[in-house]
Amino acid sequence: MSDSSKRTDPEKEKRKIKSVQKMKEIMTNYYIEAKGAADTGKKVAWITSGGPVEPLIAMDVIPVYPENHGAMVGASKMGIDLCEKAEELGYPRELCSYARADIGCAVTDGGPIGGLPKPDFLVCCNNICGTVMKWYEVAARYYDVPLFMLDTPFTHREFPPAAKQYVIDQIYEYIAFLEENCGKKMDYDRMQEVGRLSLEGLRLWQAVLDSGAHKPAPMTAFDAFFHLALIVTLRGTQVAVDYYRQLRDEMQERINQGIGMVPNEKYRLLWDNLPVWYRTKWLSDKFAGHEACLVADTYTSAWSGVLPLLDEENFLESMAVAYSQVYINVSLDLMIDTLRRLIKKYDVDGLVMHSNRSCKPYSLGQYDLQKIVMEELKIPTLILEADMVDERSFSESQIETRIDAFMETLKS
Amino acid sequence: MEPLEKLRSVAQDPFGYARASQPAIEKPILGYFCSYTPEEILTAAGVVPFRIFGTQGDISLADAHLQSYCCSLVRGGLEDALKGNLSFLKGAVFPHTCDSIQRLSDIWRLNAGMDTHFDVVLPVKLTTRSARTYMIAVLNSFREELGQSLNVSISDSDLQQAIHTHNRIRDLLGRIYQLKSQHPGVLASADMYAIMKAAMVMDRPDLADHLDALWADLQVRASEATSTGRKRILISGGICNHPDIYHFIEEAGGDVVWDDLCTGTRYFEGKVEEAGDPIEAIADRYLNRVVCPAKHMGITARGEHLRQLVKAHQIDGVIFLFLKFCDPHGFDYPYLKGFMDQAGIPTLLLEVEEQLPGEGQFRTRFETFVDML
Repeated sequence: MSDSSKRTDPEKEKRKIKSVQKMKEIMTNYYIEAKGAADTGKKVAWITSGGPVEPLIAMDVIPVYPENHGAMVGASKMGIDLCEKAEELGYPRELCSYARADIGCAVTDGGPIGGLPKPDFLVCCNNICGTVMKWYEVAARYYDVPLFMLDTPFTHREFPPAAKQYVIDQIYEYIAFLEENCGKKMDYDRMQEVGRLSLEGLRLWQAVLDSGAHKPAPMTAFDAFFHLALIVTLRGTQVAVDYYRQLRDEMQERINQGIGMVPNEKYRLLWDNLPVWYRTKWLSDKFAGHEACLVADTYTSAWSGVLPLLDEENFLESMAVAYSQVYINVSLDLMIDTLRRLIKKYDVDGLVMHSNRSCKPYSLGQYDLQKIVMEELKIPTLILEADMVDERSFSESQIETRIDAFMETLKS
Repeated sequence: MEPLEKLRSVAQDPFGYARASQPAIEKPILGYFCSYTPEEILTAAGVVPFRIFGTQGDISLADAHLQSYCCSLVRGGLEDALKGNLSFLKGAVFPHTCDSIQRLSDIWRLNAGMDTHFDVVLPVKLTTRSARTYMIAVLNSFREELGQSLNVSISDSDLQQAIHTHNRIRDLLGRIYQLKSQHPGVLASADMYAIMKAAMVMDRPDLADHLDALWADLQVRASEATSTGRKRILISGGICNHPDIYHFIEEAGGDVVWDDLCTGTRYFEGKVEEAGDPIEAIADRYLNRVVCPAKHMGITARGEHLRQLVKAHQIDGVIFLFLKFCDPHGFDYPYLKGFMDQAGIPTLLLEVEEQLPGEGQFRTRFETFVDML
């Protein structure tokens, strides 16, 4: 390697998000604490990404997210090996690759961090899919630990009063489950404080995402995929609030200085569905090469998307109702409303949809959404067939050709 | 036509049956995909519930709406709707079933162009008091919505009468299944399939009469039935829409004497209490019936149920029959197989799509399996 290539490019340095280092530190500490829970006597609960983590935080339980771990597996390009382990046990290859990778990790203590800490109990909320319910049933049998199922009815056209009452009732059943498994009572003052921190964190996260509306966008959806981790894993803590305040301020500073993430941003795109974790860098470079910036996405905004439904004064009950209506637990009609809003807010030129084999509730219906976006909003769309973790479902040459062709359409 | 012939002919061409019978019975027909569709409420409203099994033909129109990694039941059902093959339907009823059917409901509503559409978002968790309360509320709203949509009032006594009819059907289907288990020679396994398929599409009061007559015939036949000498097979899975599979199993030396399918025993197991509030009674059947894997009832309910069936029916071998891309069944397979391994019951896994793979390949697999038993 020549000396010149070692020198840092000031242009590139300027574009790097400085908070990344802090984020890595927080996540490392979080996983060290979680893996050391056995020594500190803290309880560990596995919880789904859309689940209400706040009561766990209030009860001093360490929440662990197999889905976040699945994303790490994908980003570390360890997906194929681990998925194949699950397939050897009889799980079909067609199942969600997060679930397969997680099952593969459980039986081998493999993966990027040598397996997740074992759960004392499991909390599963089906607001993101029916798959998590089956996955957590597998985990409950494997680890022989209690499972709490929070059942959040899907909204086709409305979320009726009976559904509201059902999810509110379940929040109190959830707390009773936690009290039993932790051997102590819920401290409702603490719970209220956690709720306040959760809301503050969500507002700050939304402010971070809002920065993408600026031209040029100071960050891309690829950055959002990375910085999302805390709003999932540490929502309701001061750590998450402090971090997102720092990140929001950094974005504001970039806006003030006119720093965009993509040099010469010309085309602004909206991403739909989970990331292709093992190819985020490749995709990011590919789009940037066309002077295209993915300024927003439907995935990372799903958590803060329910902010209008949350009430600080009645956090627990409003949380139950709000989390039931996250982006993918609603009908295509309601999803198109969100797409319309995002397309307008971020002044988007095109929509890129990841048709993700692993995620049926997110992906089935995309063809209809695509049609509506194209006909009604006259926005070009691109569908990429892939998978979030299982690289066997990614064809580089095919995707490259499709992106190039799509960008040609946009440019013409 | 003797009753079995009639049921066979309906099963062979359910669309033809629906089109031909509609003018005579003067009842609207509503399509459905799931054994959690509250048929009693439909029957009480004067509706014929018509189960959709997926298409027999190629899939082309549905490809514009659904990815290839969606199961053939969902893609095939939509295909038939878009092709106009289901034009005899006034609409469809979608209880929340699984991730795919949940999305199919939206796609169907936006594209199938039918008069009516119902989402019955039942609870997924069936173990708690709050889930029961919610289920009753959902069923009550469906009763109201259906009545308004069809401009009929559905009284408690209409419901009670419908419950009685459905209980009668369930009882007869259960008795026919028991007879087949006791005397496997009494009916071909493919006839069991035909009976079940017809049961899910025929005008229910008419069906009940046909089943009554069939039951009378079968009792006579049972006294004459001789041992088949074949191995006793149970099929476990979701829906089976392949009568050929039953032929192949018989030719390989096996009788399908019982099943754990949603188009089989899960359809008729459990009675609805005929006294008390009819909607609560309908809910209670769902809360007590063996679950579909897309519902939650503890973590080993299905395994224990299967173990019990295998014992009760002296099963020699279990065939797991799943639709490719069916997530709920795919997740349960390793543990159910584990339960069977522990019980010393050999198993065979078949993942199928709408079209079966080459006949030869299938026959060989069944022969090898049955030989092993």
